[in-house]
Amino acid sequence: MLNIGNKQKRVDGPQKVTGKATYAADITSQFYHAYVLQSTIACGSITAIDTSAAEAFEGVKGIFTHKNLPERLKNKVDYTDPLSPPGKPFRPFYNDKILYNGQPIALVVAQTFEQARYASKLIKVTYEEKKFKGSLSENLKNASADRAPEPASNRGDFKKAFKNSDYTIIREYRQSRNYHNPMEPHATSVEYKSDGSLVVYDKIQGVASSLKYLNGVFGLGADTVQVKSDFVGGAFGSGLRPQYQLFMATLAALELNHNVQMVMTRAQMFSFGYRPEVIHTMKLGCSNDGILQALSHKTVGETSTFEDFNETIVDWSGLLYKCENVNLEYELTPVQSYTPLDMRAPGGVSGVYALECAIDELAHEAGIDPLEFRRKNYVDYDQNEDKPFTSKELMACYARCEEVFGWKNRKDLSKTEPHLLTGYGMATGSWEALQQPASVSLSMNEEGTFTIKCATADIGTGTYTVMSQIAADKLGVSIEKIKFMLGDTAFPDSPIEGGSWTVSSVGSAVASVCEKFKYRIADVWKRNNPDYQAVAFGDISFQKGKLEYRSKAFSFTEIMQQASKEELSIAHSESPAEGQNTHSGYAHCCVMVEVTVDKDLGIIKVPRLVNVSAAGKIINPKTAENQLLGSMVWGLGMALREEGMVDTRYGRVMNANFAEYHIAVNADIHDIHTEFVEEKDDKVNPLGAKGVGELGIVGLAAAISNAIFDATGKRLRKLPMLLDDVLEA
Amino acid sequence: MKPFQYTRLSTEDLSSGTTLRDSTILAGGTNLVDLMKYGVEEPDSLADIGKLPYTQIEESDKGLLLGALVTNADTAYHAAVKSTYPVLNKAILAAASSQLRNRATNGGNLLQRTRCYYFYDTTMPCNKREPGTGCAAIKGFNRIHAILGTSASCIATHPSDMCVALAALEAKVLVLRKGETIVIPFDQLHRLPGDQPEKDHNLEPGDLITHIQLPAEGFSEHFEYLKIRDRESYAFALVSVAACLKVSEGKIADIRVALGGVAHKPWKLKEVEKDFFGKEASTENFQSLAEQLIQGAQGFGTNDFKISLVKGAIVRALNNALNPS
Ligand SMILES: Cc1cc2nc3c(=O)[nH]c(=O)nc-3n(C[C@H](O)[C@H](O)[C@H](O)COP(=O)(O)OP(=O)(O)OC[C@H]3O[C@@H](n4cnc5c(N)ncnc54)[C@H](O)[C@@H]3O)c2cc1C
Ligand code: SF4
Repeated sequence: MLNIGNKQKRVDGPQKVTGKATYAADITSQFYHAYVLQSTIACGSITAIDTSAAEAFEGVKGIFTHKNLPERLKNKVDYTDPLSPPGKPFRPFYNDKILYNGQPIALVVAQTFEQARYASKLIKVTYEEKKFKGSLSENLKNASADRAPEPASNRGDFKKAFKNSDYTIIREYRQSRNYHNPMEPHATSVEYKSDGSLVVYDKIQGVASSLKYLNGVFGLGADTVQVKSDFVGGAFGSGLRPQYQLFMATLAALELNHNVQMVMTRAQMFSFGYRPEVIHTMKLGCSNDGILQALSHKTVGETSTFEDFNETIVDWSGLLYKCENVNLEYELTPVQSYTPLDMRAPGGVSGVYALECAIDELAHEAGIDPLEFRRKNYVDYDQNEDKPFTSKELMACYARCEEVFGWKNRKDLSKTEPHLLTGYGMATGSWEALQQPASVSLSMNEEGTFTIKCATADIGTGTYTVMSQIAADKLGVSIEKIKFMLGDTAFPDSPIEGGSWTVSSVGSAVASVCEKFKYRIADVWKRNNPDYQAVAFGDISFQKGKLEYRSKAFSFTEIMQQASKEELSIAHSESPAEGQNTHSGYAHCCVMVEVTVDKDLGIIKVPRLVNVSAAGKIINPKTAENQLLGSMVWGLGMALREEGMVDTRYGRVMNANFAEYHIAVNADIHDIHTEFVEEKDDKVNPLGAKGVGELGIVGLAAAISNAIFDATGKRLRKLPMLLDDVLEA
Repeated sequence: MKPFQYTRLSTEDLSSGTTLRDSTILAGGTNLVDLMKYGVEEPDSLADIGKLPYTQIEESDKGLLLGALVTNADTAYHAAVKSTYPVLNKAILAAASSQLRNRATNGGNLLQRTRCYYFYDTTMPCNKREPGTGCAAIKGFNRIHAILGTSASCIATHPSDMCVALAALEAKVLVLRKGETIVIPFDQLHRLPGDQPEKDHNLEPGDLITHIQLPAEGFSEHFEYLKIRDRESYAFALVSVAACLKVSEGKIADIRVALGGVAHKPWKLKEVEKDFFGKEASTENFQSLAEQLIQGAQGFGTNDFKISLVKGAIVRALNNALNPS
């Protein structure tokens, strides 16, 4: 092993820091620029739309509205994408109906971006407004379990066990809406070729999704359109589904027979999906000695009026601790808004937030240390599915976290500044370790450089780097000899990059294709060297670009001179490991935090965050740590900063900018420490690796909430927790 | 944004009497250009004053004279500001980000506009942006809004940090009006919304701020600028306090308290301050001053918390000023 497990620097790092990495909006063909005009009401219809002044404005090339949507986009057209939830996807310009505030109602295409933007303001729109109720709370009576998928089965007798418990709590927790806001705004650049074919550069977490959408809507097949996405400047789930700029840029390119680019503004980044607002009701009971007896978790979440977006939220409560009597309920309520969208650790973040706060509250009621309480209720098999885990080293995470943080003696650590209250809190986190089918191809050229292709994405996670590491090791060559290519519908199929399964799925496929190559090269070598006909594959080794047998070395390039061209190209499709069926795969972590709260002013600070994770084999500790740090920073933001402020009178997001939608800034982040414990896993996938893109954000908000309680004696039970919440609690 | 004419003014333009009446003044552009992109401001013509000569900080025995075009960063880090007017240094550095402070000018900082969510969103009713349309904030999100000096037509705040320190220092603003320099005491620069919330300040069209005159007294011994915000950097103040003290044998010889984030202008009441001259510099007296200073404060729902918060902040700021760490 040369490379796996090394802190390999990003292979695409130099491109990124020198501006050579081309994101969707960096394509520099001669484009027309598209700008979308959005509705200013949330519910009703457009009674008139006058585009004449805009059409006459300098530089304007075309304007599209529901009035002139090509007929062919209206009949038997499939607007779904691979991740569409049940319901009817939004269809831009389909008719005069307004389904949410900020809905695209016109597209202006002009020579420059500024011309398009200003011309859009010259469009006069008249509406007929309908009354609506804008908030989740006001719509609760429409909440229904029928719209939501069924959670994991209930077990035991919750009611009885709850009644018989020595300590019980009933609590409500609320989370506000969060918006993704990756650094790179959504963008699509469409190149219109003279033969009518298109090359579409899209911001997406899987090019196949864009292709599916373009096929369904515009009837474009893989023969007429190629979708590419070399670099993605963060997505966090916002690129799991094609967003409306793909429709817009493609529509305009096809209608105007010209290259078209559309880049969303930051404000427009608040005009599509988000992590939904949810309300959790938790009922927990335990015995005198702190053994969990009964657990009920009910969540109501918002969705749009046209799609039933759902997440796996309450199931986490049936999974994390040993409990015989469990009741899980999940309901959805439509609000006048766009459909929510998966966001980093969708569902897990929300479910575990409520569970980990409630566990802390129950431990407190029972007078048991929160860490001790969690240990007492540890479980080593998946009770929802009645299956063993592929591996679970959470106990080791608890032990290590306890040690590095200094949990036992934490009260001695408190600083005695007059106005500051110090508190300590913890939580458990977990995320799925899934593997999806993935295909890859490999070829070697005369210089011995390998090109490996897969339609997967690198959304900042380090796919380029990690795949290169795996291939270099498996092939026995240096990492410079690997060229990993991704983000192209011309490449072999990949699952969408999400769910933290890319290393597991694509990584395993890469490992296998490299293995196949070694067999291939051994065959060629034997075929051309009669002396070695009988050599067993196991007696051969592969190092430094050479096949070695009994201290004789033969370079790959030399051997391959005798191979046919076909022999040099290998394809492979990897299916999920057997263990994915027989076992449940999850990564786990323990997070501990220190907070200070200003007694008089309510200001909450987080001087210290520690996360210890168990995530199988860590292929690259550097990119893995990056992922954890990023998700912990975001967890802090979710706990203390981020809130999509929807004025429910208008159904409109009032803080659609970075000055007022507060993501955490550098100054908010103090000491963060991350570690991995050793976790051997031979079942989860051939690499034994679990993804860590999402794990670090799960549990963090609960840990902060628990620490605030420890400091102040106040349970805030809502996110984000702001200084006014402290003052008013 | 709407197409506009752009002119870069020279000193000769000014002396030849070129009038600024029909143009909007562009300094650093960090606020104005933003508002133009949002369509909140749609000037037909911009007069860029970047090449005018108000780019110096000059020392005299009357006090420091700050050019209107000196950047916020250069002002904060100027040696005399740091040593003589540390409250100003601290206030400026508590604002925005270093990138913005490198670009933003002193004149622009004074006349930056409110951050009211509804003011920024041209689809919303807002009396300040479009007189007569109503105020969406009164019954909407008003967590960042005013609790003092509000009117039925507007509850916006002035967002500047620098201005709060300037108010405490009782600076003066030098304005070129029709070729003549007039001097405006700081507390008369900004105004309360009343029934004309579209007017942020008392300047007239065509007025050009040329300098800010700091008084000789800088309160370098006992001062504090306390800013309370939703994150540790890069956020406007929910509440801020500029506190300056002179103490003699435990007694208050002079006291200045200006509040940010609570009104349409930095909030400061000279009568209240005077009441405490000669009294003991104690927490009890600071509390009583706080009570008097915010008398009549009124919340609008989500900003109710500011009333108790600002009291706590005043006392904390005065105590910090009294006992510098
Ligand atoms: C994201 C963000 C965060 C910020 N955070 C803070 C903060 O925390 N605290 C804070 O105090 N500020 C903050 N600011 C505001 C910043 O301080 C102002 O934008 C800046 O001071 C304006 O200065 P400027 O030179 O860029 O003004 P411009 O944008 O050029 O002008 C602003 C206004 O002043 C007028 N004007 C400018 N100069 C003169 C003059 N000499 N005479 C007459 N009129 C003039 C212009 O016509 C315009 O109306 C923030 C800004 C942003 C964008
Ligand atoms: S508070 Fe003032 S600025 Fe805000 S909406 Fe009301 S009138 Fe407009």
